[in-house]
Amino acid sequence: GVEELALLAKLLGLPRGIKYGVQGERKVPVLQTNNGPGLTGLMTIAAHLVKQAKKDQLLGITAEEKAVVQQWLEYRVTRVDGGTSKEDTTTILKDLNIHLEDKVYLAGNIFTLADILMYYGLHHVMVDLTVQEKEKYLNVSRWFNHIQHYPGVRQHLSNVIFIKNRLYTNAH
Amino acid sequence: MRLRVAPGGPAALKVLAAAGAAAAPVRLVWGDPLERPLASLSPPWVPALELDSGTVLFSPNAICQFFFLARGEEPTDLTNQWLEWEATELQPAASAALYAQLVHGKKGQETVEALGQLLDHIEQNLTRRGTAYLAGDTKSVADVVVWGALFPVLQDETSLPSELQALRTWFQSMTLSEACRKAADSVLMPKALLEFKSYLQKHPPPCLATEKATSNEPEEEDGSEHALTEEEITAAVDAWARGVAALPKPWRPQKPVLPVEGMRNVLITSALPYVNNVPHLGNIIGCVLSADTFARYCRLRNWNTLYVCGTDEYGTATETKAMEEGLTPQEICNKYNAIHAEIYRWFDISFDYFGRTTTSHQTTIAQDIFQRLLARGFLLQDTVEQLRCEDCQRFLADRFVEGICPFCNYEEARGDQCDKCGKLINAVELKNPQCKLCRGIPVVKTTQHLFLDLPKLEERLEAWLEQSFATGDWTANARYITRSWIRDGLKPRCITRDLKWGTPVPLDGFRDKVFYVWFDAPIGYLSITANYTDQWERWWKNPQQVELYNFMAKDNVPFHSVIFPSSLLGADDNYTLVNHLIATEYLNYEDGKFSKSRGVGVFGDMAKDTGIPADIWRFYLLYLRPEGQDSAFSWSDLMLKNNSELLNNLGNFINRAGMFVCKFFGGTVPNMVLTLDDKRLLARVTLELRQYHQLLEKVRIRDALRCILSISRHGNQYIQVNEPWKRIKGDEKDRQRAGTVTGVAVNMASMLAVMLQPYMPSVSLAIQEQLRIPPDCFILSHNFTCTLPAGHCVGTVSPLFQKLENDQVEALRKRFGGGQAKQTHPAPATLMAPGDPQLIQELTEKVAKQGNYVRQLKANKAEKAQVDTEVATLLELKKQLLLAEGKSPEVPLFKGKRKK
Repeated sequence: GVEELALLAKLLGLPRGIKYGVQGERKVPVLQTNNGPGLTGLMTIAAHLVKQAKKDQLLGITAEEKAVVQQWLEYRVTRVDGGTSKEDTTTILKDLNIHLEDKVYLAGNIFTLADILMYYGLHHVMVDLTVQEKEKYLNVSRWFNHIQHYPGVRQHLSNVIFIKNRLYTNAH
Repeated sequence: MRLRVAPGGPAALKVLAAAGAAAAPVRLVWGDPLERPLASLSPPWVPALELDSGTVLFSPNAICQFFFLARGEEPTDLTNQWLEWEATELQPAASAALYAQLVHGKKGQETVEALGQLLDHIEQNLTRRGTAYLAGDTKSVADVVVWGALFPVLQDETSLPSELQALRTWFQSMTLSEACRKAADSVLMPKALLEFKSYLQKHPPPCLATEKATSNEPEEEDGSEHALTEEEITAAVDAWARGVAALPKPWRPQKPVLPVEGMRNVLITSALPYVNNVPHLGNIIGCVLSADTFARYCRLRNWNTLYVCGTDEYGTATETKAMEEGLTPQEICNKYNAIHAEIYRWFDISFDYFGRTTTSHQTTIAQDIFQRLLARGFLLQDTVEQLRCEDCQRFLADRFVEGICPFCNYEEARGDQCDKCGKLINAVELKNPQCKLCRGIPVVKTTQHLFLDLPKLEERLEAWLEQSFATGDWTANARYITRSWIRDGLKPRCITRDLKWGTPVPLDGFRDKVFYVWFDAPIGYLSITANYTDQWERWWKNPQQVELYNFMAKDNVPFHSVIFPSSLLGADDNYTLVNHLIATEYLNYEDGKFSKSRGVGVFGDMAKDTGIPADIWRFYLLYLRPEGQDSAFSWSDLMLKNNSELLNNLGNFINRAGMFVCKFFGGTVPNMVLTLDDKRLLARVTLELRQYHQLLEKVRIRDALRCILSISRHGNQYIQVNEPWKRIKGDEKDRQRAGTVTGVAVNMASMLAVMLQPYMPSVSLAIQEQLRIPPDCFILSHNFTCTLPAGHCVGTVSPLFQKLENDQVEALRKRFGGGQAKQTHPAPATLMAPGDPQLIQELTEKVAKQGNYVRQLKANKAEKAQVDTEVATLLELKKQLLLAEGKSPEVPLFKGKRKK
């Protein structure tokens, strides 16, 4: 939502005072721009802010990376934001856990906007996980812990605690 | 790159169209949608693009984007916006419309109308911009993606309302373009569409995110619940109807408790804590609390039970501590024994007797066992090379020597055991030994000592072990550790020491020596019982009638399974030997170990200063009892378990059940007319109860606790489904239903009070008082029976648990240390210096108090104005606390997206 765009703007070092509105039942963020009708949608505005801050590398460098970033941003706004039930959350954590098995970041080896927005989108989920669940989704936990310690990302969000030693080694 | 699409899948359309429009060099694979997808994230029927690098794209829009990117067309704000809109708004609606058409057979026109607003959105954008395409005057990825979502529903532009002129024109020109036409021809063949239809029919209809039902009920963890049989239901109903009369009378043994012929006589010990350490949470769950829970369970089963424990007081460590504090060893023991007793009293440990090893009975019994061993030739005499520190003028006990491990070369091996490889060490074998007190180099001196001849006892020991393993419940780790000791071969073990503080050795030539603690300490179980009753031998020399349970942490296993039984077997006086050896793994603290010296972790004497009641500690420690594997204490987990399991699940259920009786039925349990649903519930609860027994009989304390929580979950669900608060306002039939549900629920609460007693005795007592459960019902049978029949009057019902607040728990985490506390709160960038701890504590307490007050007001439905004032006070206090802690007040985040 709007809150995370403010966090993103701060992370990108953009000047304060960008005004956002919201639209419709889902409270889709809207950015008023000087020219034209403004931009609608979290992904769209976030990508716009990144370009404004001249940090284009956060959108990926090669065509492949750009498409992958796009894909995970879309996953974020459709699946993570669309999911409401515990079941949806479980599916998302499972999906991500598999995807992150052999990757440092969502787009492979580079830190991108997809990591930032996925972190903001999953924060409320991760905060509520039990120690056992965090261990079950070990790759997600590793990635999440990495991102929350990335300079400037977490800001005032609470630090989610991950226990370093494994406790549930017999769990399947 | 390889593009896999399924014939008939609507998303294939845009992907193929994009590939065509961007002239991407793809190798097309027509996949069978039922075969394994390319990537785990890619469901069947959704296209997947496998790039040469091995990366798989599973999002149709990202695939389209990639084709355009590869051709050098960078996304713009506008194309991004259309893609996002398509994914979040258009796609879900289009899928629903398509489903309605194909599966429900709705007419095309109706479903198009359902897309009305979205079509308007496209129309407006096209007219306002006055461009031919969505993002400008040339075709872009946005056009392909939006067209691809619309085409399967619309088929051709004539199904669009004629007033959407711009949209019609755009749609027509898109459909006519070569790439789109080709894609449509190859994907949407009549046969393929039928296949897609049959796929859709097997799946639940897509629903729009806004329509999704939300549920606050906890999901059943195990989907495959045991199906109830007719017999089980009938038996449960019969048992229920028999009522209190069917319960055996609770056994109230005379004091002192002695074995009774014909009864199951259970003798329980927990490892004797060493006197000069304050026990930490790990010690407490490892022995005394586990043994206490089991002892309470045994008593509720009408088993004749004796639970003894005490402090282990002899040894070098006590002597040293006495020197440090300028007291005599006995004074030190008196002081610390009182501390231990006080801690266990606070934790509500139900010892029948808590004693100590420095008593005259200890001397008598230990010397008797020694004499018997000596007479039967199980003791050897040998010279021992012992380390003596000439600077300190003393022989060095093992723990006062440090050096390099002779087995693994670990540099800080202790004199008795290496912490790294775990092997036992003879202190003189250490390389480069050092006196731990003065860092001097000790010298080896030769003295005479006595040894227990374990090799000579090995045969008897193995025969006994085999039988005890076969008939008793030994935990897996206890069996494993014992077997590995036997396998490594037994050697004679020294039982005497050159010390003063111990049980004197009654043999000429050794009168200046004492027994080594490992020989002496387990005899404490016997001598402590002897201090409890002069008929102690009826417990300890009576294996025919008595069943012995030893509780301990795993490091104590060899002494209880190999060495002490060998002493008793050799002494040959019909001793009671352990039948069930229950060993726990270790409990860690947050992400490390408990450490008194570093001030990390919660120690027994501090638990009560946290303001968290003893029963909450008991619950959480038992909930994470290291049963089968190590576990870790975590503050945030404690808060979570308290708030979710105790407050929202267990407490909520018991409180509601009681409140309904009070509010709707004037405090009198109403008449119950059981329907099939109620009967099934009785059977379900009975199954959980049986499971609880099965687990506790095997001393699986942690697992059995889950059964209690499971029953209250069933109860909450039962209340939720039957809504007695609504039915009470209905007609006669509805009111009768409300009465039945309330009656069954309050009886479940009554049984939970009994089941909970071993775990949370004070809470159990509180429920007993609130519901006025007759004392004779405090007995555990294998049936769920109606103990509070119609007409029974309950007392005043009030909440059992309090919420733990984040701030409160954070403050505790800070106070009790742990590596994470520092990470959690990096030095704040604000100008506020962290306040003094006293202020923080004061504020923490105020916040907790005010928080409870507010909840109480809310629970009592106080006036809104009053609640608001108190909430404002609470928020202000929280803010002050945060400032005092040097943090800037945190804003709760993104709460909006969470289910309520």
